[in-house]
Amino acid sequence: MDWSDEGIVLAARKHGEGSAIVTLLTRSHGRHAGLVRGGAGRRQRGVFEAGNRVTATWRARLSEHLGTYSCELVESVAASFLDDRWRLAGLSAACAMTDVVLPEREPHARVFEGSLELLAALKGWDGAAGGGDGGHGGSWPALYVRWELMLLGELGFGLDLGSCAATGENDGLVYVSPKTGRAVSSSAGAPYRDKLLALPRFLTREAGTEAAEGVSPAEIRQGLDLTGYFFARHVFAPESRPMPSSRSRFVEGFR
Amino acid sequence: MIGTEIERLIQLLAKLPGLGPRSARRAVLYMMKRRETVMTPLVKALAEAAEKIVTCHDCGNLDTVDPCAICADGRRDPTIICVVEEVADLWALERAGTFKGRYHVLGGVLSAIDGMGPEDLNIAGLIARAGEAGLGEVILATGATVDGQTTAHYLMERLAGCGVTVTRLAQGVPVGGELDYLDDGTLSAALKARRPF
Repeated sequence: MDWSDEGIVLAARKHGEGSAIVTLLTRSHGRHAGLVRGGAGRRQRGVFEAGNRVTATWRARLSEHLGTYSCELVESVAASFLDDRWRLAGLSAACAMTDVVLPEREPHARVFEGSLELLAALKGWDGAAGGGDGGHGGSWPALYVRWELMLLGELGFGLDLGSCAATGENDGLVYVSPKTGRAVSSSAGAPYRDKLLALPRFLTREAGTEAAEGVSPAEIRQGLDLTGYFFARHVFAPESRPMPSSRSRFVEGFR
Repeated sequence: MIGTEIERLIQLLAKLPGLGPRSARRAVLYMMKRRETVMTPLVKALAEAAEKIVTCHDCGNLDTVDPCAICADGRRDPTIICVVEEVADLWALERAGTFKGRYHVLGGVLSAIDGMGPEDLNIAGLIARAGEAGLGEVILATGATVDGQTTAHYLMERLAGCGVTVTRLAQGVPVGGELDYLDDGTLSAALKARRPF
């Protein structure tokens, strides 16, 4: 059996001398691994850098086999910002998180589309014009936080940030309940503020307004702490797995 | 059919990079036919290498002496250190013959996939060397890959307080390369790093 699909390279592990086991996030087949013969060799190695966009053809005798990939590079994403540590850290974190948390061979078209959007934002962001704070600000870190929220939602642990869990009001939302994942207003949450998680202001606004309104590094850190808490609680702790080190390093950059 | 000693030799050779069981068999037959000229010197060289080769405590290079010949060479510039991922990269730079400073071998790169963190690399040794008096420049010669450059950025951050100039290798058009055959990433890196002619 075989299929062809668009894919984003998540990881490439060397297998044997010249081959690689490549994990792609594909549009219709989800996170899917396959063997690439010669994938770790001089000619093809560059194709399988994390974040690169490829067109992939997967072949195997039976669907449950690992199978082999043949891939063609569509877009080399990371190459344009290898000199930007923050964007590189963001890309590594996104690829590692997808590789670690997403179940294999389960289509998640929203994650694929969201990842494409994130890659485009990473590639298109101009550090010189985007805020002058070394890549900490700008809109792509905010998009990364929203991407993690979407990933949580796709895994079945979505947060409800639309209205207050206690009063139902839509204004003044500044906390998130660590138990329910629902937003809490400042008035309702005041007595429990030590136990509640901070809800960054930009997450209460509509997506896409970050570039115009600006998001501070402190807000990004709050957003990453928020998603990190629920990833740790629902995804990593039950399996006694640590958070990917690349995400931890990315978050450290905002401290 | 084949004696156990020969079979064992074939199995061991087949584990080497670039060799499979068939090529290992050919290599064994070749050596058997040339015992005096190939096999005996090879055995001697292997035994000597296994006994004498050590890792240099200063830079992480492999040599028969510690500190290695490069670190001990007084003609080399002690004010510049070139940081490489593996010993193979050090050898590649030595083949080029243009770098006359000293090296530091990290022993890999930061990689979430392979579970390589800062504590798994020879970073503490580099920071200690960077703090020594007289060092002026650290060249980060890690690969132009996501992991390689992530490692370079991490090292740059760690070296920030050491008072040394941190540089890295250029990226762009290789010697003998034609633009038509270059990937868009290399081309954009080359354009970004353009300089007055």
